[in-house]
Amino acid sequence: MSRTKIYVPRETTAVSVGADEVALEIARVAKKTGTEIELIRNGSWGACWLEPLVEVDVDGTRIAYANVAADDVASLFESGLVTGGEHKRRLGPIMEIPYLIKQDRWTFWRCGLTNPLSLQDFEQHQGFKALQKAFADGPESVLKAVEDSGLRGRGGAGFPTGIKWRTVAKTQSEQKYIACNADEGDSGTFSDRMLMEGDPLGLIEGMAIAGFAVGASRGYIYLRSEYPLTHSILSRAIDTARGAGWLGENIDNSGFDFDIELHIGAGSYVCGEETAMLESLEGKRGIVRSKPPLPAHAGLFGKPTVVNNVVTLASVPNIVKLGAERYAGMGVKRSKGTLAFQLAGNIKRGGLVEKAFGITLRELIDDWGGGTASGRPVKAVQVGGPLGAYIPAEQLDVPMDYEAFVGIGAMIGHGGIVVFDDTVNMARQARFAMEFCAIESCGKCTPCRIGSTRGVEVIDKMIAGKDREENYDLLVELCDTMEGASLCAMGGMTPYPVRSVLNYFAEDFASSDEKQV
Amino acid sequence: MARIDTKTTSEIVAAHGAKPELLVQVLATIVKRFGWVPDDTIRQLASELNLSRADVHGVVEYYEDFRTAEPGKHIVKICQAEACQAMGSEKLTRYAEKSLAMSLHDTEKDITLEPVYCLGNCACSPAVMIDGKTFGRVDEKRFNEIIDHMRGSN
Repeated sequence: MSRTKIYVPRETTAVSVGADEVALEIARVAKKTGTEIELIRNGSWGACWLEPLVEVDVDGTRIAYANVAADDVASLFESGLVTGGEHKRRLGPIMEIPYLIKQDRWTFWRCGLTNPLSLQDFEQHQGFKALQKAFADGPESVLKAVEDSGLRGRGGAGFPTGIKWRTVAKTQSEQKYIACNADEGDSGTFSDRMLMEGDPLGLIEGMAIAGFAVGASRGYIYLRSEYPLTHSILSRAIDTARGAGWLGENIDNSGFDFDIELHIGAGSYVCGEETAMLESLEGKRGIVRSKPPLPAHAGLFGKPTVVNNVVTLASVPNIVKLGAERYAGMGVKRSKGTLAFQLAGNIKRGGLVEKAFGITLRELIDDWGGGTASGRPVKAVQVGGPLGAYIPAEQLDVPMDYEAFVGIGAMIGHGGIVVFDDTVNMARQARFAMEFCAIESCGKCTPCRIGSTRGVEVIDKMIAGKDREENYDLLVELCDTMEGASLCAMGGMTPYPVRSVLNYFAEDFASSDEKQV
Repeated sequence: MARIDTKTTSEIVAAHGAKPELLVQVLATIVKRFGWVPDDTIRQLASELNLSRADVHGVVEYYEDFRTAEPGKHIVKICQAEACQAMGSEKLTRYAEKSLAMSLHDTEKDITLEPVYCLGNCACSPAVMIDGKTFGRVDEKRFNEIIDHMRGSN
């Protein structure tokens, strides 16, 4: 009898709610009961609300058990876990869970499915096929595919990836770089982390394709230090790829050399800004650079550099393999393809939902998310991290589309969706936006460095009821200054959440005294 | 955590090829192993990486992770960012301060209590990190359990 495969995710969220303990207990009980099992630590499917989500392979069908605790394991075995037996934790076949099967999994299709550290598993699931196709078709073909796909930067700015790659490809230089931005600091976002933990070899393949397309032989991944488990998984994956000849010299006898160096950040939010990240990669203070020059012309160590987010790079292999048309066939208008939306905060069914652009915020929050975790009404939803606007409950029918969001003074950013119920005091959220900017500002430009501190002071006065109308005008003026005169998005977009509070929740300034937590 | 010594510092520098452009990585390695960066280490790094003391000091001061004071034996970080706020992290923080009898940014006895802005665990908020391990869905009861467990592992 062959050994039954049991999957327990080794992914930060699953582990944060007990997946390691569950895995240990499964191994212990299996040994004790003489049950032959193969324990596989897969990535997460992204249905975080079901974690720890254990799966058992029964004749090729993976049966899911949700919210499994170590205490459940003994009774699971007694109920016939290895044959998919009935149990209060049993959900049924993983491929029948609506939350998962209704998604458009383009970039995250291997996450959850495979063992992220198994090269064999990766290769059995199309791994490195896109890179081989790139080698066969040549750099021009890759550049054209990325351009035609309409892929835009998933880190937040949404700049067309094809234009960026083309610029670097055209810029003459003996040395060029691919710099992968894995400094995912926005609250409410975790898609980069899930990809790196669930399919790190997919990211490596995407980076190698980028290097081949633009003529770069070196890649860097700048990973934030708050992700230690990701660090461990990603560094092992890089070693694995290198050991098998997928990184290094003359990859797959193509004549193309490419290797990746993994750098770790040190707790600075602004290092997620591309030029600050380049400074940090050079070993310096993460201070934002003035643009121009663009990193595509003079980036890391002054050389032409493609700076792309994790999800952007990991979307490329399927674009190369399945064709730009298929990717561009999803989405709406200038927002082509898919985005990995992240449902977070006060939400019943939080997790990652990769869907084509065009779905509405309400569909994501209600149909996928199931409303708030508290069961209370939604009051506000912050989309796009700490620099994103708070969207009031009345506006949730906005489609997820870069331009539609700009139209309502908001931004999609990295696709993080943080839900707040009606107990939140929005004046305090506006204050936090300014406070966060004051804490994290790199200090190079005055509007951001000083403006944020002044912003906190002005909001404090408003909350205290001091000259509320005059301070309101002052705050609007301050937002104008920060927005217009800051060097980067840190100071330039902190006004977004603040303005949205002024526009939609101004009454909370008056009531903040009594509603304080 | 052990106290860093000059020999170990030199080894870490050497493992990074004594490249000045790897200063952030050298410091990250030091902090991961020893928890902080003493003044003497700044001096030594400047000399061994051929940088000015001001350069090294500037980098150390800039990054949140590079503590310049010795932390407690355990480092407890409570997420203060929006997704966790939406699930009551402020209340949890007040509770933690009260039950540990200390404030954010303090080092008392064996614990350093710090704020952190996002652990990327936003679908299972509020989140807490203890000695590099992330915990999700932390309510007051669970906070007590993980702190007890941490103390038990002393």
